[in-house]
Amino acid sequence: MSVDQATVRRIAHLARIAVTDEEVPHLQGELNAILAFVEQLAEVDVTGVEPMTSVTPMMMKKRQDEVTDGGYAEIIVGNAPLTEDHYFVVPKVVE
Amino acid sequence: MSDLTNLTLAEARDALVRRETSATDIAKAFLAAMEKARPLNAYVLETPEQALAMAAQSDERLARGEARPLEGIALGVKDLYATKGVRTTASSKILANFVPGYESTVTSQLWRDGAVMLGKLNNDEFAMGSSNETSAFGPVQSPWRREGSNAALVPGGSSGGSSAAVAARLCLGATATDTGGSIRQPAAFTGTVGIKPTYGRCSRWGIVAFASSLDQAGPIARTVRDNAILLRSMAGHDPKDTTSADLPVPDYEAAIGRSVKGMRIGIPKEYRLAGMPAEIEALWDKGAKWLRDAGAEIVEVSLPHTKYALPAYYIVAPAEASSNLARYDGVRYGLREPGRDIVEMYEKTRAAGFGAEVRRRVMIGTYVLSAGYYDAYYVRAQKIRTLIKRDFENVYAQGVHAILTPATPSAAFGIGEKGGEDPVEMYLNDIFTVTVNMAGLPGIAVPAGRSSEGLPLGLQLIGRAFDEETLFSLSEVIEQAAGRVELPQAWWA
Repeated sequence: MSVDQATVRRIAHLARIAVTDEEVPHLQGELNAILAFVEQLAEVDVTGVEPMTSVTPMMMKKRQDEVTDGGYAEIIVGNAPLTEDHYFVVPKVVE
Repeated sequence: MSDLTNLTLAEARDALVRRETSATDIAKAFLAAMEKARPLNAYVLETPEQALAMAAQSDERLARGEARPLEGIALGVKDLYATKGVRTTASSKILANFVPGYESTVTSQLWRDGAVMLGKLNNDEFAMGSSNETSAFGPVQSPWRREGSNAALVPGGSSGGSSAAVAARLCLGATATDTGGSIRQPAAFTGTVGIKPTYGRCSRWGIVAFASSLDQAGPIARTVRDNAILLRSMAGHDPKDTTSADLPVPDYEAAIGRSVKGMRIGIPKEYRLAGMPAEIEALWDKGAKWLRDAGAEIVEVSLPHTKYALPAYYIVAPAEASSNLARYDGVRYGLREPGRDIVEMYEKTRAAGFGAEVRRRVMIGTYVLSAGYYDAYYVRAQKIRTLIKRDFENVYAQGVHAILTPATPSAAFGIGEKGGEDPVEMYLNDIFTVTVNMAGLPGIAVPAGRSSEGLPLGLQLIGRAFDEETLFSLSEVIEQAAGRVELPQAWWA
C-alpha cells in the first residue's frame, strides 16, 4: 500500500500536525518508504495467532478506587503556557 | 589519587568507602571534565550546584560509616527521565522549558541509594533515533574516532549522550532507555556496557513515554559489574507503573564471576545476514569460542521470525508513539504556537515543536491506527509479535540459557552519513536488538573487540525473562576475555 498526497494531508490533520505544501511530497516519499518496508509482513501466515496484548504474563494489579494523591494545583499548572486561577486557558472552542 | 574520572563505578565505590577519596572530589573531577568536553554535546544541562550538594551529603554519611549502596557515585541522567525541579526536555523543542514537579521512580531510587546527579544527557528526540542526530540540541560527537581520521562519529542512539558521557569519562555511569536498541546499540558503538532489562523490571513512571509496551529503563556504564550495581538500584516494583513486575530484585553483582560451565548458549542462524561484514562474523565466532572455553555449550538455534521483527516494530512503535505524543497539545505544558482556533493552535504547536523524525513517526502511527488500516497493519504486527516471542520461548524450552548475537551490524558511522533520503537505512541499525524489545526479554551489549578502523564492536546476549543474572555472568566472561577497553584519549579537552 502507498499513500498519495491527499492521504498525507489527511493523516497530518488526524495527527494535528500542520504541513506546508513544500513538505507534502517529501513526507509522501518518506512514509511510502516505511510502508514499503513493512509490506513484507503480508507474507507471514498469522492464521489462528493471537495478537500480543501483554508483554509479560501478569495479572493487572487492582486497588481501591480512592484518592491517593493530589492537592497541588499550583504544580499541575506550573508548566502550562497560559493559565488563570488554576485553569488551563485555550482559544475559544464554541462560537 | 590520580585522575578520579578513570575509575570504574565499582572502583570509585570501594575507594569512597575506604575514604581514599571523597564524593566531593569525584563530583568536582567530573564537573571539570564535563566543562572541557562541551564540544561533544553529551550533556544538555549541567547541574553543578545539585551535584556538589548531593556529594556533600554523601561525604557526611561516609564519614559516619553509613554509606548507602551508591553513596557518592556521580551519574548522568538521560533527559528522558523527569527530575524534580530540573529541566527535562526529551531533547525536544516541544518540552524546551519543561520543569517537572516530580521525580521519576528510577532516578528517585538512585538518589535514595546515595548517587549524585551531574546533569542531564542528550538523546534522540523522544528517543526516536539510532544516532542521536534527531536531538533538538544537535548531535552528540562520539569520543571515538577512526584511526588516522578526525571525522566526527555518532555515539549511537537514542541514548547517545549516555554512551558518549560514559566513554568520555564524564560520569561513572548513566541512565538510559531502550525501545528498540537504544541502550545496547550506543553501548556497542562506544565500547561501553549497557543492559536492557526484562520488560517490567524497572518502573517506567516519570520517564517520557515513547512506545509503552517496548520502553524499558536501564544503565550504561564502563563494565559489566558497574551495570549490575546500577541495575540493582534502578529495578523494582512500583505501584505507579501497572506493568512493573512485583518480583524481588536480586543482588546482581553476586552473579559476576559465577561459573557458566554447562550453560547452553544459542547461536541463532537467522542472525547470520547476507552481506554481514566479515569482522562482525569473526567477532561473533570469537565470542562463542570464549564462552565455550569457559565451559558453556554452544548450540545452533532457530528464531524463524527474526526478519519480521524490525518491520513489525515500525508499526507497533509508531502506533504507540502517536497515542503517547497526543498529550503535547500546547495546553497543559510545553510549547504553544497561537492559532485562530484550538485546532490550528494544536497543529501549529506540534508542527513547530516536533522535529522531522518525530513528525514522521507520529504520522505513520496515525495512519496504521486509522479506520480501515488498523487490522491490516496494527493487529497483524501484534500477531507477528506473538510469533517472535514464541520463537524465543521454543528455544528456551530446549534448555538454552541465553542467546549470543552481534550487537550491531557495523561499527559507529559518521555524523550525517545515514538516513538522509530513506529513513529505513537508519532503522536497520536495530536489526539485532529490536527482537528483544518485541519479546520483552533482557539483553546486554558488551564490548568484544575492535573494527579494522579501531572502533569498538560489541556482542549481545539475550536472556530468559527476569534472568538478568545469567546475562551478567556470561557477559563478564566475554569482558574478561576481550580485555579492558582502552578508552580514547581526551582529544576534545
